[in-house]
Amino acid sequence: KYIHIINKADMAASKGLKILVGCKRVIDYAVKVRVKPDRSGVVTEGVKHSMNPFDEIAVEEAVRMKEKKLAGEAVAISVGPPQSQETLRTALAMGIDRAIHVEIPLAQLEKLQPIHVSKLLAKVCESEKPDLVILGKQAIDDDCNQTGQMLAALLDWPQATFASKIEPSQDSKQLRVTREVDGGLETIDVSVPAVVTSDLRLNEPRYATLPNIMKAKKKPLAKMSPDQLGVDLQPRQEVISVEDPPVRKAGAKVESVEDLVGKLREKGLVK
Amino acid sequence: TVGRSFLCRPVVPYSSVSNAMRRSLSSASPMSGSDASAEPNTDKLFTAEHEAMRSTLRRIIEQDINPYVDEWEAKEIFPAKQLFKKLGNAGLLGVTRPVEYGGLGLDYSYSVALAEEYGRVNCGGVPMAIGVQSDMATPALARFGSHELKEQFLRPSIAGDLVACLGVSEPTAGSDVASIKTTARRDGDDLVINGSKMWITSGMQADWMCLLANTEASVKDPYLSKSLICLPLDLPGVQRARKIRKIGMHSSDTAQLFFENVRVPASYLIGEPGQGFIYQMLQFQEERLFGAAANLLGLELIIQETAEYARQRKAFGQSLLDFQTVHFRLAELLTEVELLRSMVYRATAKYVAGNDVTMLASMAKLKAGRLVREVTDSCLQYWGGMGFTDEVRVSRFYRDGRLLSIGAGADEVMLSIICKYMRTLPKPPKK
Repeated sequence: KYIHIINKADMAASKGLKILVGCKRVIDYAVKVRVKPDRSGVVTEGVKHSMNPFDEIAVEEAVRMKEKKLAGEAVAISVGPPQSQETLRTALAMGIDRAIHVEIPLAQLEKLQPIHVSKLLAKVCESEKPDLVILGKQAIDDDCNQTGQMLAALLDWPQATFASKIEPSQDSKQLRVTREVDGGLETIDVSVPAVVTSDLRLNEPRYATLPNIMKAKKKPLAKMSPDQLGVDLQPRQEVISVEDPPVRKAGAKVESVEDLVGKLREKGLVK
Repeated sequence: TVGRSFLCRPVVPYSSVSNAMRRSLSSASPMSGSDASAEPNTDKLFTAEHEAMRSTLRRIIEQDINPYVDEWEAKEIFPAKQLFKKLGNAGLLGVTRPVEYGGLGLDYSYSVALAEEYGRVNCGGVPMAIGVQSDMATPALARFGSHELKEQFLRPSIAGDLVACLGVSEPTAGSDVASIKTTARRDGDDLVINGSKMWITSGMQADWMCLLANTEASVKDPYLSKSLICLPLDLPGVQRARKIRKIGMHSSDTAQLFFENVRVPASYLIGEPGQGFIYQMLQFQEERLFGAAANLLGLELIIQETAEYARQRKAFGQSLLDFQTVHFRLAELLTEVELLRSMVYRATAKYVAGNDVTMLASMAKLKAGRLVREVTDSCLQYWGGMGFTDEVRVSRFYRDGRLLSIGAGADEVMLSIICKYMRTLPKPPKK
């Protein structure tokens, strides 16, 4: 059993970090999303799904840290419907060692919020005791950008969000994370255990080779339920309606700057 | 591995190929296929692993192939060595080949799944060359070659380190394979090769050729006088005479080669002498299903693309797509594509379950060749003047697609095979 002593140990000399990586199954980025006729959500039946692209980057980072011997074990976790298992198999095929599936019944799936997911992940962290949790910075379906931050708060762990680089700190006792922020790049040192969320430029994920896809079938995939973890999935929000964004109207060409300002005034956009 | 065992039976000498076919058919009813087993469930044909492999291939196509297709078409060659190494690293070149030599040892349904995905490539030439490398140049070697031969030629071909080609067709013998003239005569411990080969895919770039040549001078039966030989193409006497200019498949280099007293060790002969034609015939079913499967997605995509073009193209005050002749015709064509897909899946399921699917595979190949011509021709018409230019995909598909009715078994050969199963083929005229 893994013993949680990393806070004090020199990272380079230890067995390496234990990493927990979150993967979410989302509608594939290339799909043209359509709103359901009853406006309660978007059409998901029969639509192509795949791993959230930021989560792919998180998985890739965990696998690279293993290859660099910074990490010893990488575990993938997904909170979602039965089909989330396919997402986990993709992670296993990329090089993750084992996977955990927290299965959400279909009835509760649409009402699942980041607050619930972060609570579930926090519970799993209590038993798995990872040194590092890497999540995608946000999911491309809801764009919430909350789970990583909430998880860190629940665990009272340091967080380093929007990471574009993760490396050992100068003294090898912490992690040095470069973050992409509005003003540019910010570099911080965080002690472990910590939560890091991945941004676009952290790495370019590998595709799973065919031999690894077949090997992934044999890697362990454990199932859990929210009840087992003692987490209440009561929704805190209610979606009133979902609508298409307004159709883009045709623009108009103007001849000069004066014309442009005049038109903007006409539309009441400029005083 | 499922469904492979029947192919590994030792080859029983047949008196001739046609006798062998008649024997296998005598226990079968003429038109329904040759097995008594229940129709396999094709819904379960593809698993999550098949889908995962298609995803990997899709990534490689999007990153490493499609961005360069226009350039390769213009240059009339693609960098096979580089691309095959990438495919080899991903495990894509030996999916059904033995694990001992770097393959995955999986059944043929995986080849079909990947073949379908190759339809995403924006040209026909590159998938054709990949198909030769992964499915056409190496099956006999994998099944019947010696261990040393497999180490020397099969392993590097699966890894993508060597580019392979298949040397069967000659200037005077395409469909009539029995009439090939290239010889490989025994001289001490060597075989000496003389002759020429034509229309060889990847012939300009290939490192080695799986050559079919006449070796048994004393055998009268032309189906039993030939052998398959692994031929390195950098040997003295091998001349890559010219790259043939074609109306399509531009990115695939097609060569004519001459052999003048080329010497190879006799151990380079695959399996038993005289069995070359039989060996090559054993994999025809796979080759034909591959040809049909590889075009399905491309046809679907071109129909969709044509609908989108017609939707935004205005003519006589309305969108071109709103003319009933246009949207009805596209619906007809898509119906045919789905029918062909069903046949490919059905034949694959039966094959993987251990049945002979020669008739279904020949039907699928025949239909695919004709359907590609029909779909691309009809779609091109709806693109109007633009369809006739190099600036759209449909014109390239029209040119590339024409080969399917000719290569890897011409339509007429497919028809003859089907007639054999229907017992309607006339007896050969007495000499």
